[in-house]
Amino acid sequence: MDLVLVNLIDGLVTGLLLFMLSSGLTLIFSMMGVLNFAHASFYMLGAYFAYQISKSVGFWPGLLIAPLIVGVLGALVERYGLRRVHKYGHVPELIFTFGLALLIEEIVQFFWGRAQVPFLAPEALNFALFSISGNAIPAYKVFMIFISMAIFIGLLLVLTKSRVGLIIQAALSHPQTVETLGHNVPLIFMGVFGVGTALAGVAGVIAGPVLGTFPGMAIVLGSIVFVTIVVGGLGSLWGALVASLLIGWVTTFAASYNVGMMDVLTGLGFTPPEDLSESLFRDIWSLTLPQVGPILPYLLMVMVLVFRPYGLFGKRDV
Amino acid sequence: MKRASRLSLGVFAALSIAASAASAEAIRIAFIDPLSGPFAATGVNGLHQYEFAAEELVNKAGGVLGGKTFEIVPFDNQTSPKESLIQLQVAIDQGIRFIVQGNSSGVANAITEAVDKHNRRNPDSRVLFLNYSAVDPALTNDKCNFWHFRFDAHADIKMDALTDVIAANDAIKKVYVIGQDYSFGKAVADGATAMLAEKRPDIEIVGNELHPIGKVKDFTPYARKIVASGADAVITGNWGTDMLGLGKSILENGFTGPIFTYYAAADGITAAFGAAGDGSLRLVSEGAINPPASERMSAYVTAFKAKYPDGNVSQPRIANTVEMLAKAIEAAGTADDVVAVGKALEGMKHESIWGGELYMRPEDHQLIQDVHIFKHTKDGVVFDYDNSGYGLVVESTVKNASADIATTCQMERP
Repeated sequence: MDLVLVNLIDGLVTGLLLFMLSSGLTLIFSMMGVLNFAHASFYMLGAYFAYQISKSVGFWPGLLIAPLIVGVLGALVERYGLRRVHKYGHVPELIFTFGLALLIEEIVQFFWGRAQVPFLAPEALNFALFSISGNAIPAYKVFMIFISMAIFIGLLLVLTKSRVGLIIQAALSHPQTVETLGHNVPLIFMGVFGVGTALAGVAGVIAGPVLGTFPGMAIVLGSIVFVTIVVGGLGSLWGALVASLLIGWVTTFAASYNVGMMDVLTGLGFTPPEDLSESLFRDIWSLTLPQVGPILPYLLMVMVLVFRPYGLFGKRDV
Repeated sequence: MKRASRLSLGVFAALSIAASAASAEAIRIAFIDPLSGPFAATGVNGLHQYEFAAEELVNKAGGVLGGKTFEIVPFDNQTSPKESLIQLQVAIDQGIRFIVQGNSSGVANAITEAVDKHNRRNPDSRVLFLNYSAVDPALTNDKCNFWHFRFDAHADIKMDALTDVIAANDAIKKVYVIGQDYSFGKAVADGATAMLAEKRPDIEIVGNELHPIGKVKDFTPYARKIVASGADAVITGNWGTDMLGLGKSILENGFTGPIFTYYAAADGITAAFGAAGDGSLRLVSEGAINPPASERMSAYVTAFKAKYPDGNVSQPRIANTVEMLAKAIEAAGTADDVVAVGKALEGMKHESIWGGELYMRPEDHQLIQDVHIFKHTKDGVVFDYDNSGYGLVVESTVKNASADIATTCQMERP
């Protein structure tokens, strides 16, 4: 029972981290209709910039400065890259972001090397805040929860209560109309792209010390972020939040419990084969939940696409 | 266009003549390992250690056979067995007689098979395969041949030393075994369970688990399970980011017991663990650099760090490989007849630069050497890794580890 509580907290941390990435991506996706393959690369850049800054002035300035740099970079990419490619259609845009992801990975390897860099959590948060039956909850994880919560609430307020938010929402669904009303839609796109990548940067800064800062970090997280926004529904902030938490908890609980296919199948009334090592279905019988855990989110995505193609909270088709 | 290509052809020919003239007196050694792709960091660092060892230990001492120098020729195999065989053929065609390779047992298996075949068919251009790092026990057992020599302790020898240490520690009652889901991870798990059951039947294996290799984003759930199981010690064969992720999660989760590893050092891992790993992380390996064994060794490592400030002497066995090859060539009196060199290597005893005596067992060509259990720490570190202040210090040593370990090798000698 105690472990359930611990897993709930761990899943929350993973989920909220995913949310910070997917919230930016889902806005960009619904706005431009294009998957930004380089989104996770901006997450990686955030981690590396913060590492570089933390070497000279410490972690906390890095938490502020690194996402700002990433956001400005993102805005520049939109202004001088994506916008030029935009007129040729979606496929060139897709290829552009894909190439950008490869480029960023090579650049990171060029400057920081292929090995993992020692980006560590700040000393001030390097202690166990409390522990539940022997399982320590590091203060840093609680800090991660608070940062992501604050960002979610802030985003939600800006998008629903402020004038800028209303224009963004309108521009998402009816860009022509908004433009006719005298708003600078390209500027809005650039702003949203910048803010979205900055959010990815924040996620990189706070995840770098926990999940490791290495050139493969974008690839490891990249695909799961797409799954999140598809499950949640395009353009929906609530959808992104719910899907992120769902995936965070599913993967955490799947890795935590050694439920084997053996138990499930015998529970269903099947009898295990006499000699397992000779059986044709050996692999199915010996499968355990932690082994299939990493593919569960993809399974979830397929289910959502089949039964509810516009996602849990989405308003339009994928 | 035509003229340009003819001109460049001429330049190329001139250059290659110059190059072969320059290396006429050199004994070339083909280094076949990843120099690009995800494992390039390890490969490039290994290449530097080879080039440095050849220069420092052989060439500066006047070379072998009255002035012939060693030259390391790099070949990039991208960690692929298929690509390795192509590179092997290129190396043989260039007239190279000595092949060194280490990263991935899959590649080593392919090379040893190809070398065996080649040497049987082409008695005039035989080559020797010096394996400095691939630890699959099969290479010196079922798959052994006369042309293959292993300079690292294989996985079972290391596990034997590791379980000796665990067996001697009465505080350890419960052990958790976790690894990557592939052949090496399984070999470590099987070795650990079998040897612990034999040496300390009272130790309970509270967890034996494989996780997807390179796919786990967050190891926290695994760490929770390990702590919840009440384990006193953890054994893992993980490497790379999987090692770092797992280790950090376990430590952050409040685990204070020892974590026994194979590869938790250098290439950024030591620096990333830093203070967190102090007191918990253990590593089983050959070749100790802390405390320094001798003045000569200190000078060697210092000179290496001066040449490659960002590099690490992470594979001490490379120096052993180079020194023993030089000695064997000297003893055989030839660098062209690899049968004579191979026979000189067989049964060779050599005083290692890292301390301790090395013995190339003739039955299976497995190097018998001291295996150490290291502690990740700051105290007593003379030569650190990753310039982090932290490094590996010898905690206990198994002299001539597993010198009598059984082998199924039935070697055919030429």
